[in-house]
Amino acid sequence: MSKTLANLKYTKTHEWLEIHNDGTASVGISDHAQDLLGDLVYVEAPEAGRKLTAGNACAVVESVKAASDVYAPVTGVVVAINAALSDSPELINKDPYGEGWIFKIKLANAADANALLDAKAYAEFCAAESH
Amino acid sequence: MLIFEESQPGRVNAAQMSPQNVEAASIPAHLRRKKRTLLPQVSELQAVRHYTRLSQKNFSIDTHFYPLGSCTMKYNPRACNKLAMLPQFLARHPYAPESMGQGFLACMFELQEMLKDVTGMKGVSLTPMAGAQGEFAGVAMIRAYHVARGDVARTEMLVPTAAHGTNPATAVMCGYTVREIPTDSEGDVDLDALRAAVGPQTAGIMLTNPSTLGVFERRIREISAIVHSAGGMLYYDGANLNAILGKARPGDMGFDVIHMNLHKTFSTPHGGGGPGAGPVGVSERLLPYLPIPLVANENGVYRLLNEQDRPQSIGRLSTFMGNAGILLRAYIYARMLGREGMIRVGEFATLNANYLMALLAKGGFELAFPHRRATHEFIITLRSQAKELGVNTMDFAKRLLDYGYHAPTTYFPLLVPECLLIEPTETEPKEVLDAFAATLIAILAEARTQPEKVKGAPHSLPVRRLDDVRAARQLDLVWVPAEPHAAQPTHGK
Amino acid sequence: MPFIPHTPADVADMLATIGAKNIEQLFEEIPAELKQTKLEGVPGRMSEQQITRLMLERAMLDGLPLCFVGAGAYEHHIPAAVWEVTTRGEFYSAYTPYQAEASQGTLQLLYEIQTMMASLTGMDVSNASLYDGASAAAEAVLMAVRANRKSTSKRVLIPRSVHPAYRKTIQAIVANQGIVIEEIGFDIGSGQLTLNLLPENPGDFAALLIAQPNFLGVLEEVDGLTNWAHQHGALVVAVVNPMSLAILTPPGEWGDKGADIVCGEGQPLGIPLSSGGPYFGFCCCKTEFVRQMPGRIVGRTVDLDGKPGFTLTLQAREQHIRRSKATSNICTNQGLLVTAATIYMAIVGDRGLEQTALESHANTRRLASKLAAVGVKVKFESPYFHELTVTLSKPAKQVLERLAQEHIVGGYALASDYPELGNALLVCATETKTDADLDRYCAALAQALS
Repeated sequence: MSKTLANLKYTKTHEWLEIHNDGTASVGISDHAQDLLGDLVYVEAPEAGRKLTAGNACAVVESVKAASDVYAPVTGVVVAINAALSDSPELINKDPYGEGWIFKIKLANAADANALLDAKAYAEFCAAESH
Repeated sequence: MLIFEESQPGRVNAAQMSPQNVEAASIPAHLRRKKRTLLPQVSELQAVRHYTRLSQKNFSIDTHFYPLGSCTMKYNPRACNKLAMLPQFLARHPYAPESMGQGFLACMFELQEMLKDVTGMKGVSLTPMAGAQGEFAGVAMIRAYHVARGDVARTEMLVPTAAHGTNPATAVMCGYTVREIPTDSEGDVDLDALRAAVGPQTAGIMLTNPSTLGVFERRIREISAIVHSAGGMLYYDGANLNAILGKARPGDMGFDVIHMNLHKTFSTPHGGGGPGAGPVGVSERLLPYLPIPLVANENGVYRLLNEQDRPQSIGRLSTFMGNAGILLRAYIYARMLGREGMIRVGEFATLNANYLMALLAKGGFELAFPHRRATHEFIITLRSQAKELGVNTMDFAKRLLDYGYHAPTTYFPLLVPECLLIEPTETEPKEVLDAFAATLIAILAEARTQPEKVKGAPHSLPVRRLDDVRAARQLDLVWVPAEPHAAQPTHGK
Repeated sequence: MPFIPHTPADVADMLATIGAKNIEQLFEEIPAELKQTKLEGVPGRMSEQQITRLMLERAMLDGLPLCFVGAGAYEHHIPAAVWEVTTRGEFYSAYTPYQAEASQGTLQLLYEIQTMMASLTGMDVSNASLYDGASAAAEAVLMAVRANRKSTSKRVLIPRSVHPAYRKTIQAIVANQGIVIEEIGFDIGSGQLTLNLLPENPGDFAALLIAQPNFLGVLEEVDGLTNWAHQHGALVVAVVNPMSLAILTPPGEWGDKGADIVCGEGQPLGIPLSSGGPYFGFCCCKTEFVRQMPGRIVGRTVDLDGKPGFTLTLQAREQHIRRSKATSNICTNQGLLVTAATIYMAIVGDRGLEQTALESHANTRRLASKLAAVGVKVKFESPYFHELTVTLSKPAKQVLERLAQEHIVGGYALASDYPELGNALLVCATETKTDADLDRYCAALAQALS
């Protein structure tokens, strides 16, 4: 059973979002997603400063058997990327909700996050999807 | 050992060098190479031995049964290679005048005509260099047709979920968005979903028939009617043409455009992954858009048709005329089979597949579509073995290598979990199929008694399973000499 | 039947196992009205002896003329061992090395040619080949547009002096993806793409294509062109003849930063002319762009026991995984041809390739002076490798017809692609030409012009 964290918001495309106090949020892919993809070998993150629109593809995570788009959970501007992933993409496999964060985004509208799934709803969504 | 590691500075192959001294080049210094290349410095014997030994590390049709589904690994007759490599054919420059190429062009023209007949199409262009390029040409022609009619609202290409990955990739290369159509539990296209999907935005549908699921699309005429009545075109992916060669023709099924994989159906060599050859055939409506050059017969004189002759053509896809030497091999194969041989191809490919399917079903393997006839290939699924024994499809595939069989296609089509797609082809005798089935059945027994042995396979090949993750994370794509390569000047000046 | 081994007893046994009455029953799922077995357009079968006779007759019809045309495909000597080893069944009849353990021969060979091509071009990495030169150039254009992160433009600048068939192929392949090709001219005096022909304010564009040598045989001042493109945030796509790189500056060393992507026609490396194919295209690039590269790529790794081995890598870019988001729809490479090219480069080696290039250059210089002696002038005074544009006093097409009667393929008539050059002819003399060949050509040409 994959892990979810109660303090995170999730999308149906398997991204997570952690809201910080300064109006920014970290984004990564869920434990369930990293498990499905297998050993990650490459992460293509959006460059800092890029404007993202919720629901649009903005990054790619690549394993030996699949390359998958990461969709922006919310609209906003990229303020930081996780440079460690370029040498160690396996951080996403080891610690998807911690060291495996992919980028930070400054939300255009803080209320956007409310539309996302909470951990419980996401876990139910994953369970339903695998049947 | 790599060829570079066999290299000795200063060793030259004098047999391949003129005995005369060569003058220095009159090229300005800033345009001249300054560092030597990493090309090997070995004797001719070292090179021949090195590559002969490398060849011995390969499985091939000539050495092993190779039931790779969807790839049609049949015998590549030696005569096709030998005759296509006659000195005059090899020496002919693509820009030599047509008067100095009537022999070659006659073969090309006759091949065009034969391919028209076996597919039931109205015109054929031989130039696409592989199946994927044939697909590109086909979809580009569909687009050109709609655009020429001012019908620019058609932006969507329909692709069944079972399709080869090239189909959606090609549609995107041609500027279309892809809409996937589901497949029903018996392996046919879901007609209700198709009816709901078509409309004024539909450019066409890309289909393989028999489909990648190894079954014949029984309601092909209904599909044709649905797509045509919406104004779309039908594209035939010729990947599985071997199944129906001589039995049925895509043109009669209502297809507007088709590509053929001559390296499958017409037995040209796979060559370790190419070259292919992907000629395209079209119905009347698409004739003006065929890629150039085409070969014309003008009162017994053969001529290449170019931009001036074919102003509406989608254009050129290669510098000259595609993989000409491969087309020659296909021509020779077609003439050797002749009408009577070609009619038998689909029949015996189908007989072999159905026989092997029956043996494996009796041996305890689960068929993906037990109620259907096999075409030239069929699918077994190892989902129960994977679940109960922890031995998956990849393990079975690797264990087959130990027994001297190339593995069937694994994990394709994506719709069937833990699958093997098996295509024996018509050129294999019954004894080989019997022995192969017995081996797979024996591996099934091993999976129960010694699962670790199967999971650790192969054990008898030059290498064991390779670390794909390391290959992708720590990219090592070119050899780098241990010591930085000495920057010697090219000439001793 | 040819290549079908079944005896009547086999067929009967197999049908009994299947539980079918006859083979026809196996096709019961095909609607009856779709079945047809006439194939009237296919002639009756021929035995191997009969087809051998036919093909010999057809080959004799085409003859073995003396060849002075290049224009993208070049006659070079191919050591006998190259195709002897290449057509061993283990190379000839193997498929794409998906089962790495059963394909180490092909995989190691591909790793070796990747190394050779990267070294020749001065690039970091190479793929395992594309279809041919023109389609490789088209793929390189698409790749450059994807790879250029500084530019959002889909404009690509292509000089008119790039091979006309390459320009047409690029147009046909990229046209449906919103890519805009802008043509830039060449200096009519030098045949070069001179800096003054480049726009002062080019605006945002993704890439500049530079052919070295260009189609007119002329060597470009590549350093200035490369720097100009980089100054404007564009990538440089080099289109090169790999044979020439034995003596010319590799694209990786052009200008201050080197070209970014290098592609071209691999045919000069051991592939026969064969009416235009099969050849192979190559594509090399800087490491930072490797994930945008189309086609197969082989990597070295280790097996479960830590033993070195080779496998296809970066496959997630490809169509069979990425489907509609793949970098290209390409599945195959030109495996058999790169097998030949690898063996060719190993056999001739570093010195042999250099000598072949130098001899070709020297022969072309000799041709130029012999042509001058019969009154035929070289059009441009710029440096060249082994191909030249010459000006004739009569239409080149007409002259070529006369030469054909003498069993000479005399060159490539430039008038239809470059009307501004008048009666111009593109000629090439590789290392295969002797002094006697050059004299015969010049005499025949003088005769045709008289």
